[in-house]
Amino acid sequence: MNLAKISWANIKENKLSSFLSGLLLALGIGIISLLLLLNQQLDAQFRRNIRGIDMVVGAKGSPLQLILSSIYQIDAPTGNVPLAEVNQLKRNPFVKTVIPLSLGDNYRGFRVVGTTPAYVQHFEGKVAEGKLFTTTLETTLGGKVAEASGLKIGDTFASAHGLDEEGDSHGETMYKVVGILEINGSVIDQLILTDLSSIWAIHEHAELPPPGVKENDPAHEEFDAEGAPSPADEKEVTSALIKFRSPMGLVALPRQINANTSMQAALPSIEINRLFSLLGVGIETLRALALVIMLIAGASVFVSLYNSLKDRKYEMALMLSMGASRTRLFLLLLLEGLFLAVMGYVAGISLSRVGLWLFSRAAEQDLHYSLNQFGILPEEIYLLGGALVIGLLAAALPSLGVYRLNISRTLAED
Amino acid sequence: MIASHGLTFSYSPQKKFAFPDLHCAEREALLILGQSGSGKTTLLHLLALLLTPASGEITLNGRSLRNLSAHQAGQVRAQQIGIIYQRAHFVSSLSVLDNILLANYLADKKQEKNKAAQLAEQLGFAEHLFKKPNQLSQGEQQRVSIARSLMNDPALILADEPTASLDDENCHKVVNLLKEQSHSIGASLIVVTHDQRLKEAFGEWVTL
Repeated sequence: MNLAKISWANIKENKLSSFLSGLLLALGIGIISLLLLLNQQLDAQFRRNIRGIDMVVGAKGSPLQLILSSIYQIDAPTGNVPLAEVNQLKRNPFVKTVIPLSLGDNYRGFRVVGTTPAYVQHFEGKVAEGKLFTTTLETTLGGKVAEASGLKIGDTFASAHGLDEEGDSHGETMYKVVGILEINGSVIDQLILTDLSSIWAIHEHAELPPPGVKENDPAHEEFDAEGAPSPADEKEVTSALIKFRSPMGLVALPRQINANTSMQAALPSIEINRLFSLLGVGIETLRALALVIMLIAGASVFVSLYNSLKDRKYEMALMLSMGASRTRLFLLLLLEGLFLAVMGYVAGISLSRVGLWLFSRAAEQDLHYSLNQFGILPEEIYLLGGALVIGLLAAALPSLGVYRLNISRTLAED
Repeated sequence: MIASHGLTFSYSPQKKFAFPDLHCAEREALLILGQSGSGKTTLLHLLALLLTPASGEITLNGRSLRNLSAHQAGQVRAQQIGIIYQRAHFVSSLSVLDNILLANYLADKKQEKNKAAQLAEQLGFAEHLFKKPNQLSQGEQQRVSIARSLMNDPALILADEPTASLDDENCHKVVNLLKEQSHSIGASLIVVTHDQRLKEAFGEWVTL
């Protein structure tokens, strides 16, 4: 027999109202915690992949789309640009590295990306098995791709047009798997990497007339629209990731590119901040809603304790007449609020993990992103503090009545 | 041994009570009879230190109980006084056993499960120890509250209309148990009631 046992017995005695209070707290905490987790993990994912990329160049269009397609591989590319123009950038004194990318094909939903080994180095990819691609039609698979597709070194496969599985397949030209990368949590986990020349080879083989202009290729639409036939020998890429030698590049280069070339320059940090500020409105609204739910939970704890206290007035007087001090009874009632708060917190945190897991499954399929940090965030410690404060306050207000209880009258009345 | 001298109490200037002097030695039982409104419960609450008298003095085992702080009064109640109410009341969420042990806990004493079980055996509700109090009949509930009042071996047992809601059979049972048990632990027993049935069980009584 101790205070914890008595207050726990009281919580069990009022199952329904305890359940309601716990549920409301759990919902509020669950939503806030899920938002924190999503925010933190999306943020981490986005920032990690952005690291070391100062600028992206590609066909003119939406800069955000260019960033999303070239860095995160989640949107359609904006179009193609001549490789020659990209290569010219390499000679610019501000530019340290240029990593060209060629997009537009997929294998079972995984994007085939034509690039150079510098791309793998940039994302710190390590070869787990086999080797990195070296020549045309050799591919190195991201770790998640190998897991999901079951492809092994030496296997061959045909890619399909477009970025989803339904595209026409390039049946006659087969890629060969020469290596598999370790999973490192970056975007390359979800990619099939090959040499730039592979993409050119595939498309020249697939659509013979006329070389250079490719029909039915979403990645080449803008080119068709412009109606400028390119020379047969002019190679194209989708975009390029640029790293500057000094921050000065940030000032001079984007304007120069936008004005003087057929390309546009997009700055990842600016675009991602823009994206987050767009998402931010929704997140703020949800967070406010969750806070309101938590406050309602507090009110629910308050009302249910207040009501049960009215019924238990005699019990309180009885315990006082048996020699309990008022402070001890006050603590007893506080404990009930604390228990509810802790239960609501645990349930809410579990709820948010289940939510994250469900979200993660959906995200991995649709966006090729995996969220897998299920640990407790530092913010969630504050959330525990908040829950405890709400539980304590909601319990303390009605429980103060214990100090005003007239033992003799209460015992005599009943 | 409990004695009171010149106790008075007033709820308001119009409603004043003056009580006769009481004296009840160890192992003795004192019956106080009175109609409703005669101040029975007030007297009991004065003796139980739940109310403070306007004047007069109570001595328990030779110690004056005047001018105690709320904390001291609580300690005296917990350790030296067992109270039985007209309608047995319990902490409804706790089992019968836990309700009995609560007396030990609130008096900061060791929780004696064996003693509780023994008392339950003697008072005839051993099979109900793990039920909730409200599952018991009124007679059984009253016996449980007797057991609870005995847990700390008090020097004084106060009973407020302990038999009012009981039929004749249970009434005799409860009174005899009360007398036996308080006698066996050497406590003074004071019963206040309007129940005339109890006259025969007690040799002497005081009328308010």
